Amino acid sequence: MTDLIRSTAAQTANAIASGEVSAVEVAQAHLDRIGAVDEKVHAFLHVDTEGALEAARAVDAKRAAGEELGPLAGVPLALKDVFTTKGIPTTAGSKMLEGWRPPYDATLTRRLKEAGVVILGKTNMDEFAMGSSTENSAYGPTGNPWDLSRIPGGSGGGSAAALAAYEAPLAIGTDTGGSIRQPGAVTGTVGVKPTYGSVSRYGLIAFSSSLDQGGPCARTVLDAALLHEAIAGWDPMDSTSINAPVPAVVAAARQADVKGMRVGVVTEFGGEGYQAGVMQRFHESVELLRSLGAEIVEISCPSFTYALPAYYLIAPSECSSNLARFDAMRYGLRVGDNGERSAEEVTALTREAGFGPEVKRRIMLGTYALSSGYYDAYYGSAQKVRTLITRDFDRAFADVDVLISPTTPTTAFPIGERADDPMAMYLADLCTIPSNLAGNAAMSVPCGLAPEDNLPVGLQIIAPALADDRLYRVGAAVEAALNDKWGHPLLEEAPAL
Amino acid sequence: MPGITREEVAHLARLSRLELKSEELDHFAEQLNDIVDAVARVSEIAAEDVPPTSHPLPLTNVMRADEVRPSLRPDEVLAAAPAAEEQRFRVPQILGED
Repeated sequence: MTDLIRSTAAQTANAIASGEVSAVEVAQAHLDRIGAVDEKVHAFLHVDTEGALEAARAVDAKRAAGEELGPLAGVPLALKDVFTTKGIPTTAGSKMLEGWRPPYDATLTRRLKEAGVVILGKTNMDEFAMGSSTENSAYGPTGNPWDLSRIPGGSGGGSAAALAAYEAPLAIGTDTGGSIRQPGAVTGTVGVKPTYGSVSRYGLIAFSSSLDQGGPCARTVLDAALLHEAIAGWDPMDSTSINAPVPAVVAAARQADVKGMRVGVVTEFGGEGYQAGVMQRFHESVELLRSLGAEIVEISCPSFTYALPAYYLIAPSECSSNLARFDAMRYGLRVGDNGERSAEEVTALTREAGFGPEVKRRIMLGTYALSSGYYDAYYGSAQKVRTLITRDFDRAFADVDVLISPTTPTTAFPIGERADDPMAMYLADLCTIPSNLAGNAAMSVPCGLAPEDNLPVGLQIIAPALADDRLYRVGAAVEAALNDKWGHPLLEEAPAL
Repeated sequence: MPGITREEVAHLARLSRLELKSEELDHFAEQLNDIVDAVARVSEIAAEDVPPTSHPLPLTNVMRADEVRPSLRPDEVLAAAPAAEEQRFRVPQILGED
């Protein structure tokens, strides 16, 4: 192990298990890297130096005692600040939760700890996961390691940037409309939204409960698969958790073979608004899959053009209800309690001070869409569109094994460019939203740099619910063929920080 | 479709328990108008006979056994509260004096 911070999670876990390196050395190398570059990148909101070293020491002690280590034992990870961590600050990128130390671990946090994963800290994100650039964080933006003046995607920009800056080999994101896949695409990393219900939402601070899904972020497809298996599985604490076996995603990533698979190209994703270099790399990916033995067919999903408007009714509606819990009574911020004001006045003053503009917009938009006079036209219609999108997917998957598209219409845009233009910002999730509405599985895998700006482009792969393994077969095949062609992983072309 | 007025934003803010500042009302009215204009398209394909989907999974009333289990520790929970007293959350007045 010559370079501890550039190794994959799989390599690092093997090196720790074989005694070539200690988990403490690996953790320290990553903490040092964070110390050296995070002032520029700002991927982390909180670095838990003591907790990380303690977890690493526990792994080393287990090994010394001859106990068997799990497949990710001792591997460092960056955790999106939307999952609760007992005693460790959890803010969801909001002033509303500044300084909050949750009294419990999310199920996902607990599973990571049980797997011996070393949690380095909590990563920056758009406030309450609402955004596509991480600019909506109350704690300032994160820079894209490819060009620090550009956005790293969002809402999980901190997690993706931590991977691309070699601050961690693994990270966790949540994907409500693309918040894992879009940051993955614009930072040249891998991001997976597992099938809805396969990763527990217990301890995930809710934004839109019928859409939110935690998932793995990594620099390689195999690493994402190892993390996927560590976090997925039924949880009685989440009533929407699926009680079914986790698909064999690690085996699929190792298989990395698309021979005989039928791959559908979604015809609705392309044309106006799509950057030429993004489409060029996408078309090359289609040809690459064909050359690897996949059968390519064009598939029309006409309802997909209505996915974005449906999403911006459903997600704000659910958010307006979910965020009602921030009432200044039991935890988090309280403003204006002078002994004279009523609880209701204190709640309104606190929410005004504690929420940023995007959160306020969405709460009010959702309140509007759910109000009695408008319910049928807005929320009701959006729910019907959701049915039509699911039917389009069902029809498509009766014919093909996976669907593919660009992950995002453009590469990373400059910080500030869309900050006060909500509709322009929302377009970043055009291709990722349909999978959230239907609840199926989707991945973004790097497929090259756009020639016009030398910034990463992501290929999106979509599979039916509970067929997440197909994502990994296709993603790993694309990754292996492209790494062969380039002679190295894409991320090695990123400028030094 | 009528636009969202400044007064309507003020009403939505009240319903949402957001004590918005005056300058925010105009800014949000303009932005919410743009967004509502764009999302209103959903009604174009939302035909009568299409059933609504509220959730990706066909679940109803998931139950667990009604058994006593350990809960969070009160002292740990109250440590995160804005104000606490006698092992309870201390809140501003809810009912008026009269």
